Amino acid sequence: MSVPGPGPGRPNRSGRPDRSGRPDRSGRAGAFEIDKGRLGRDMAVRKAGKVGLWLSPFLVYLFLWIPIVVLVVFSFNDGASVSVWNGFTTVWYENIFNNTITAGTEAARFQTGLLLAAVRNSLLVAGVATLVSTILGTMLALALARGRFFGRKTLDALFYLPVVIPDITQGVALAVFFNLVFEAVQRMLGVRLVPGFGTIIIAHIAFNISYVAIIVRARLATMDPTLEEAGRDLGANYQQTFWRITFPILMPGVLAGGLLAFTLSLDDFVITFFNAGVGTTTLPLFVYGMLKQRVPPEINAISALMIAASIVLVGLSLIMQRRGNRSGESSA
Amino acid sequence: MARHGNAPGSKARAITLVGPATFWLIAFFLLPLVFVAVASFMSRGSGGAPVPPLTLDQYERTFTVFGPVIWRSIQVAFFTTVVSLLLGYPLAFFISRRRDPRVRLLLLFLVLLPFWTNFLVRTYALITLLQRDGLINGLLQSLGFIAEPLQMLFTSGAVLLGLVYGYLPFMILPIYASVERLDMRFVEAAHDLGANDWRAFWRVIFPLTLPGVVAGCILVFIPAIGAFVTPDLMGGTRGLMIGNLIQSQFGGRGNIPLGSAISMVLLVVVFLGVLVYTRWGQQEET
Repeated sequence: MSVPGPGPGRPNRSGRPDRSGRPDRSGRAGAFEIDKGRLGRDMAVRKAGKVGLWLSPFLVYLFLWIPIVVLVVFSFNDGASVSVWNGFTTVWYENIFNNTITAGTEAARFQTGLLLAAVRNSLLVAGVATLVSTILGTMLALALARGRFFGRKTLDALFYLPVVIPDITQGVALAVFFNLVFEAVQRMLGVRLVPGFGTIIIAHIAFNISYVAIIVRARLATMDPTLEEAGRDLGANYQQTFWRITFPILMPGVLAGGLLAFTLSLDDFVITFFNAGVGTTTLPLFVYGMLKQRVPPEINAISALMIAASIVLVGLSLIMQRRGNRSGESSA
Repeated sequence: MARHGNAPGSKARAITLVGPATFWLIAFFLLPLVFVAVASFMSRGSGGAPVPPLTLDQYERTFTVFGPVIWRSIQVAFFTTVVSLLLGYPLAFFISRRRDPRVRLLLLFLVLLPFWTNFLVRTYALITLLQRDGLINGLLQSLGFIAEPLQMLFTSGAVLLGLVYGYLPFMILPIYASVERLDMRFVEAAHDLGANDWRAFWRVIFPLTLPGVVAGCILVFIPAIGAFVTPDLMGGTRGLMIGNLIQSQFGGRGNIPLGSAISMVLLVVVFLGVLVYTRWGQQEET
């Protein structure tokens, strides 16, 4: 039952042409009949696979990009239509930036003011939530990667939960929770609390911590532990080791985690939707409101600007990750 | 590592590090979920608030009244996952087989960018193409293929399309990661043993990249089953999903216990998905 080992002269059973291009010098090739039918089938499979492997990604890229390109193109359309091209204009962008409506009504001016307020609200919420969740998430990652304490496994599972539980469940659960807490506070202290920035930011921190911790932990896993040991051998105490060695190496991971938290925060609609109050409309809530009611022509320009902002954010994070990889390699 | 673990005071330090995040997650994530779980067994009081008499009525109503919607949501999420897999696998494979790392980076960037664009903006972009006076209807009409604009928006198909559009990158990224790790020598060995490309794919490549496939499927299925924005904006009344049911119970004249019960059913479906992931994913890891 010995199988002939692969050798230079071994004929290819599939009938596939030998890719090495070496001439068959064994002289025994004639002893094997090449199955022409099978060769043809196999070549057809390969050809179909090749065509499919080029065509299908091409179509998927078109699917991903056509809606976005159309949206950006029509943000320069002179007219409110999203299907008929009436000529080039930048008037919608001017309206947004100048807050001076040239071809609009009082209602439109009102919208622009609300839009700017929504941008400010979004940046405020995302900024605070990112700061807090990055600090807490980094601490959590450090403890989970380095510490040995009771309940670590449970905590591990707990901090993966916000990633898998649907945002609608998290959103309504927090809304019910805040409602009950606010009622209790009013009964006991007589202070009436209402949902607003506080509730939105608390909610955003709650779902961001896990994402930050996952990213920072991945960075910690690739870090060489002997560096810290070397620092301690040279007489550094825990604080010195952390701030001089661990933290600088960890920095790209922390920044990447923070950037992800910032993006998730800016992007979140569902959880914010259930925990927002009066006057705390964030950008996604604003866009949702416009889509639900009347779609103003400026919305394409707003969307195009949001796409541009995300290009900048993705670019930054890629640069940071590459820099992080490089420093990780040199320190390893 | 070992030194840190054994150093005096390291336990206290670990607790200081873990404390704030754990507090936050327990207070503002776990506790609210427990509240919802409890509320799902209560009765509806004034204003939709949960009140004492414990009952299973909410679950009964969930399955009798909303059973069809829940079942349809599971189907929609399932088909979203299947379509994403069929579109995402070839693309992930294609990207990871490019030799130049800069080309790979660029192709990944082209997948990531739509993904990092605000979800509502992406949904809106799709709506502008599909709506009655949208670009697709406009093109088809001007080319003379159709006389009347097609009703594409506010159908189950539109919801499916919107979900695939929204979550496709979740499928592509894990598959890309596992195809990139794939040792191509296994594939060459399969060819040497007489397998053609079709057989080599199903017997070698696909089983070896299965962890990425399972991860991708779960990452698409979970947000799809809990989707709210897409069915809300693209589905109309015919495209309602679980997320819309939950939302309607927490609004003005809602029923919080009923909404909680529907949320718990959604959670069970999600955990079944996670169970599949841990089963299949870990099998392949070892």
